[in-house]
Amino acid sequence: MTAIPYQAKRINLKEKVFKKTLTLSAIIVVIILLAIFFTLLINSMPSIKALGTKFFYDKTWDPVADEYGALPFLVGTLLTSFLALVISTPFSIAVAIFLGEYYQKGIVAEIFKNVIDLLAGIPSVIYGFWGLFVLVPIVRMIEMKLNLPPYGVGIFTSSIILAIMILPFSVSLSRQVISMVPAHLKEAAYSLGATRFEVITKIIIPYTKSGLFAGLLLALGRALGETMAVTMLIGNTHQIPTGIFSPGNTMASVIANEFSEATGKIYTSALIEMGLFLFVVATIINILGKQVIKRFTLS
Amino acid sequence: MEMILQQNKIMNNKLFVDRQIEKQIAHRNKKNKAFKGIIIAGTIISTLPLLLILFYIFKQGITAINWDFFTNLPKPVGETGGGVANALVGSILILLVSCVLAIPVGIVIGIYLSEVAKSRLAYYCRLAVDVLQGIPSIVIGIIIYEWIVRPMGGFSAFSGSVALALMMLPSIVKSTEETLKLLPESLKEASLALGVPYYKTILKIIVPTGLGGIMTGVILSIARVIGETAPLLFTAFGNPFMSTNIFKPISSLPLIIFNYATSPYNDWHQLAWGASMLLILMILILNIITKIVQRKWKVQF
Repeated sequence: MTAIPYQAKRINLKEKVFKKTLTLSAIIVVIILLAIFFTLLINSMPSIKALGTKFFYDKTWDPVADEYGALPFLVGTLLTSFLALVISTPFSIAVAIFLGEYYQKGIVAEIFKNVIDLLAGIPSVIYGFWGLFVLVPIVRMIEMKLNLPPYGVGIFTSSIILAIMILPFSVSLSRQVISMVPAHLKEAAYSLGATRFEVITKIIIPYTKSGLFAGLLLALGRALGETMAVTMLIGNTHQIPTGIFSPGNTMASVIANEFSEATGKIYTSALIEMGLFLFVVATIINILGKQVIKRFTLS
Repeated sequence: MEMILQQNKIMNNKLFVDRQIEKQIAHRNKKNKAFKGIIIAGTIISTLPLLLILFYIFKQGITAINWDFFTNLPKPVGETGGGVANALVGSILILLVSCVLAIPVGIVIGIYLSEVAKSRLAYYCRLAVDVLQGIPSIVIGIIIYEWIVRPMGGFSAFSGSVALALMMLPSIVKSTEETLKLLPESLKEASLALGVPYYKTILKIIVPTGLGGIMTGVILSIARVIGETAPLLFTAFGNPFMSTNIFKPISSLPLIIFNYATSPYNDWHQLAWGASMLLILMILILNIITKIVQRKWKVQF
């Protein structure tokens, strides 16, 4: 008879431990995230103190002379990301309409869905490798035709690879959003004699505007932080790019190239400050995109 | 007479309007068809890169893969018969350790989020997971360098594992949460009504029922990080020799692809193509496994 209370006690204890573990694990994630932010912040303090805002508008990056201006990399990052977004957007919208409206189910849809998923699964480093051996010669040929210095590598080449890499991200979201358009809206338009083209341009796209925008935003977030493929294809020069065909460097690629060899407090710290910048921008874009989607799905 | 003329006029007018409308409809239909054509063309063009990449890698990689490729260490430039044995072992070791780190934690957090869906902590936790997922991989590399590599005094396989575990965590959490949320409340209630303690209900009823979905998430997260290079650059670092010590630098497939691809030597390019093909095959197989798991262990209610 005395065994029962004892057992109950043990179960109670286990219950408590279990619930505490669950809560603790949730707290840990939040702590990890805060720790990431503060690690970046604290480690970039020396550079923030020494360079201030000059970091973002100084044009020279010369570790030997102890000069750290991140402007060329800022320009490189923005240029490649936006160019990639411009190149990939028409295609991602086309695929999203294809999978969200024309072919929602069936074998065709399955095949294309899987292909796009696989596109997201290919490692960045392999995109870079393929780009070096296939894309770079093609771009070099184009540059020769245009009478430009035939680097082959550069902003343009990286943007094309980035455009391919971010396509799946904007597609997966836009497709969901498009397939969520209420059927009665579409049917109303059809019953008035609208063609499918008119339904898409006058009902679906206006209705899903914010969702499509969120998809592009998240794709942009991906593009900003993408490292390996860009590092291999951008040419890694420290000058401000003069055009879309010129070589350059992005923040991520500079970190990848120089972090493990960086000596000196300010040098390392300047690289970490770029990491902090990427982290903050990616986080803002991410939260913004998620908010837009949340609002869309609620309405 | 006049009336007939007027009627004729009206008829003519009507015919004209009809023709006009017909023309308009034809025009709209044409636009409709053209648009569909553009959409299909755009979609097909979007899938071309994948086919081109797969084709090129398999064409280049197939010649590099033989027995030596799996059993030998990389050889210096000029010597043939080098392999990627150390990188293969390294990749597997790093992934195993990161699975051990990420899977339990991820599942526990997923359980928390599905059980306590609406508390304030759950909100912040979900937000943190979302943000964690969006962190650029190179930043994860920096973080682990500062957290583990610097205090431990050197690059190590373990630090690489932690970096990859951090990247796996969000998708494990999400797939666990999504799966468990799909399970009906009645399942839990039935178990609790029988007097089964809460923790046993979760561990013995809820989690096993949703195991298929959780497994899918875990395998997909492995497929996602298996080719990650950026977080390994300053953590696992790479090692030209065979190493199984998790506290020493270690090689991995993505790292040697990066190093050899950017080298000027043909032999090394060859090895990198082989390694790329191996990596893509692994990713394909993992994807196929998830499809099978999804079909076999579908969570049905």
